[in-house]
Amino acid sequence: MLAEIGADSIERLFSDIPENVRLRRLLNLPKALTEPELLDYFHARAAEVSGRGTPFIGAGIYRHHIPIIIDALISRSEFYTAYTPYQAEIAQGTLQAIFEFQTYIAQLTGMDVANASLYDGSTGLAEAVLMAQRISKKHKFLIARTVHPEYRAVVDTYAKNLGIHVELIEYAPDGRVDMDRLERQIGQDVAAVVVQSPNFFGTIEHTHDISELAHSRGALSIVNVCEAIALGILKPPGEDASEHRRADIVVGEAQSFGVPPSFGGPHVGFLATRERYIRQMPGRLVGLGRDYSGRPAFVLTLSTREQHIRREKATSNICTNQSLCALMATIYLATVGPKGLREICEHNILKADYAANEIRNRTRHRLIFSAPRFNEFVLKVQGQCSFGLSLSRFYPELGNAFLLCVTETARRHEIDAMVQRLAS
Amino acid sequence: MSNHERTSTHMSLNERVVFEEGSPGRRAFDLPALDVPAKPVSEILDANLLREDLPGMPELSEVDVVRHFTRLSTWNYHIDLGLYPLGSCTMKYNPKINERIARLQGFTLAHPYLPAADIQGALEIQKALETCLAEISGMDAVTLQPAAGAHGELTGILMIRAYHESRGHPRKKILIPDSAHGTNPASAAISGYVIETVPSNIRGTVDLGRLAASVNEDVAAIMITNPNTLGIFESDIAKISELLHSRGALVYMDGANLNAMMGITRPGDFGVDVLHINLHKTFTTPHGGGGPGAGPVAVKKMLEPFLPYPVVAKTAEGAYFFEYERPQSIGKIKAYNGHFGMHLRALCYILANGAEGLKEASEIAVLNANYIRAKLKDTYALAYESPSLHEVVFSDRLQARKDVHVWDIGKRLIDYGFHPPTVSFPLIVPGAIMIEPTETESKQELDGFIEAMLAIAREADETPETVKTAPHTTRVGRIDEAAAARRPVLRWKPE
Repeated sequence: MLAEIGADSIERLFSDIPENVRLRRLLNLPKALTEPELLDYFHARAAEVSGRGTPFIGAGIYRHHIPIIIDALISRSEFYTAYTPYQAEIAQGTLQAIFEFQTYIAQLTGMDVANASLYDGSTGLAEAVLMAQRISKKHKFLIARTVHPEYRAVVDTYAKNLGIHVELIEYAPDGRVDMDRLERQIGQDVAAVVVQSPNFFGTIEHTHDISELAHSRGALSIVNVCEAIALGILKPPGEDASEHRRADIVVGEAQSFGVPPSFGGPHVGFLATRERYIRQMPGRLVGLGRDYSGRPAFVLTLSTREQHIRREKATSNICTNQSLCALMATIYLATVGPKGLREICEHNILKADYAANEIRNRTRHRLIFSAPRFNEFVLKVQGQCSFGLSLSRFYPELGNAFLLCVTETARRHEIDAMVQRLAS
Repeated sequence: MSNHERTSTHMSLNERVVFEEGSPGRRAFDLPALDVPAKPVSEILDANLLREDLPGMPELSEVDVVRHFTRLSTWNYHIDLGLYPLGSCTMKYNPKINERIARLQGFTLAHPYLPAADIQGALEIQKALETCLAEISGMDAVTLQPAAGAHGELTGILMIRAYHESRGHPRKKILIPDSAHGTNPASAAISGYVIETVPSNIRGTVDLGRLAASVNEDVAAIMITNPNTLGIFESDIAKISELLHSRGALVYMDGANLNAMMGITRPGDFGVDVLHINLHKTFTTPHGGGGPGAGPVAVKKMLEPFLPYPVVAKTAEGAYFFEYERPQSIGKIKAYNGHFGMHLRALCYILANGAEGLKEASEIAVLNANYIRAKLKDTYALAYESPSLHEVVFSDRLQARKDVHVWDIGKRLIDYGFHPPTVSFPLIVPGAIMIEPTETESKQELDGFIEAMLAIAREADETPETVKTAPHTTRVGRIDEAAAARRPVLRWKPE
């Protein structure tokens, strides 16, 4: 090959790299490992991560059963080693799967359309805020304190250089948005109201009332969803007989649909909206079109919104989606089906309710929010608690409070054992 | 779509959308029996909070689901099938062991909010990857939080902004060469900066004279890709860095092309202050049909205080923990700490190769690109004569005489069994054909590709219509994208 190139050594091929910036030593890296050694190393590290049975932690990452066929299907290299489907003729598999993802998300949220997915829920929420700024041309946002604190932090990071001003909405004693205060806070200068349901405390917000209030003051309504499973049983934020009570953007995290926790990622964000805002959406979109012989075919579409065409005027700097994770979510929804999803929701609600009642009846700890909940609740703890997430970093005003999560994967004996430990 | 519109009668080629499959009553999943007291959900939640049904969701058996997605998969080109010569995308083979270790249950079930004592193995993985990436890039500190390359760009530019703010003023402008990826200006814009474009010279590199005229105290940084998107090393890079630094500005490098330089030269050694690295390019994490990727950002010491929080730190006793108290941090760029599943795969690749293996990977990547260049340069016009590193850019100038354009050539390659190269980018080359073979392709695979390219050039001359109407062998032909965008159909609806 060197002879064909006309070079006498590989070294010659790098002649444009000046000598004074060349590395004249080997990189200081661990010695190369063989396959058995790699397995040893990673097995040892994995063993140092302890699941300790069911840790009863949710807080934006949920442990649901993941049907085996998901991994079998996404392990096909046709899916996982393919590139972004720019060449539609040889990427119809990826494109159709994304189209199906978009449809599932639109159906579950009650919205008209959804995009091809975003990095995750937190960046998705930031993108939703930027999108609402583009639509409304206003810059003030009211964001509920019951929105996932890390999501709010990401919104702050994105927003701070774009003239966006965030004001927080306090929660009421029942653990939901304080509607009276929201009503006083919201003026005509507000671009959008942002709430989460189920919220970070696990309680279910009055999303439709909030959308109605936002619209009555000329603001958009953004509803964030961290626990996507709940979409299987709760009234969709985008659906209502009255147009005013529908959210404008429903954004969130679909990790619950068959994607493992994986220490925080990769997960899969989604963003759904109304027909009239399609051209302000961030991220990729797959559309159904036709080839020049008239055959139906899927293709990435509306790319004139995107950075490779618009550069600094693009709706977002995003250059990718989370295709493989969106595929996992799509396979998950196809596998559990409408009946399975409903049953999973019921088990989450009933098991969390059982756990909460057992704790109330058998321990000294107190449930501090009375509003209806999905699969999480907040405990004010006397003494120690080795379950759930301590809220002291995010909500210091709650004192020694913990957020606990009980999904369908928790067995009764595990719940009982937890209650026993909390009681002792 | 109705039956008569389908391509053929073969089942595997005529898979409907999933919403048209299945039959009421079929199931692919059962929950264990409820083991807590049963009661109607309406006793717990008010009925007005609940939805009535899940309209449109199909009911499928396990075989239905498996067949459906398996059939879809057969319509995809993928790296395990053959060469993917996409310039700037570094489509190399993804080692199978990466997939195995990323699926170990200790990793997949790990929750980032577990107490530090319970997640030592995961934190150690993140620290080990940070250390390796810092050494490979010649930088001092690394964040693994960004989810993708463009997300890394945003993170890096926000850190540059925070750095300047800490010194009194954020400055106004980011300089970007005209050959840059479109994400660069988009990322700088959402960081609140004005973009100024820097022209390239006849060598295809940054025009130093024009650059010098643009650098002043308003400039926060330059965003440079090296080797640039033409596959050419910016041999003035040390001078460029000095020029920027002399006016208090910083150097951001887009690490998309890091595959050309592992163990050969390091961005940190030629003046780069901030660099993002695409784990899905250089470090073999799979592209997944368009994500998930991962875009760690490496920085020099003076930028370390501005890293997104948390950072992986170590106690005096040697235990790892997430450090959240970072007063000068830009904040969070994503919930939790990045795409851990991708971190595992990238670390596995680095450990499997070691220093010598990574250097050899870059050497072979450059050898392969130059071999293609040598074999095709008499048939396709080289965009620039400057030496190529890991990728080579041609133009369609010679073929355009017969009205055969870059897009046609790419589509015709599909009929020869190859994925098209990157086309129409970089924007400064009219009719650009950008080819990056990577190191994982054998000479036989490259020769097959070269023969196909030569055959297409002959066809362009003799039977141009064959090329202009390609592909001819795929399930669907070229798609009317304009029509699809005019009336977007973005979801299935019952007819």
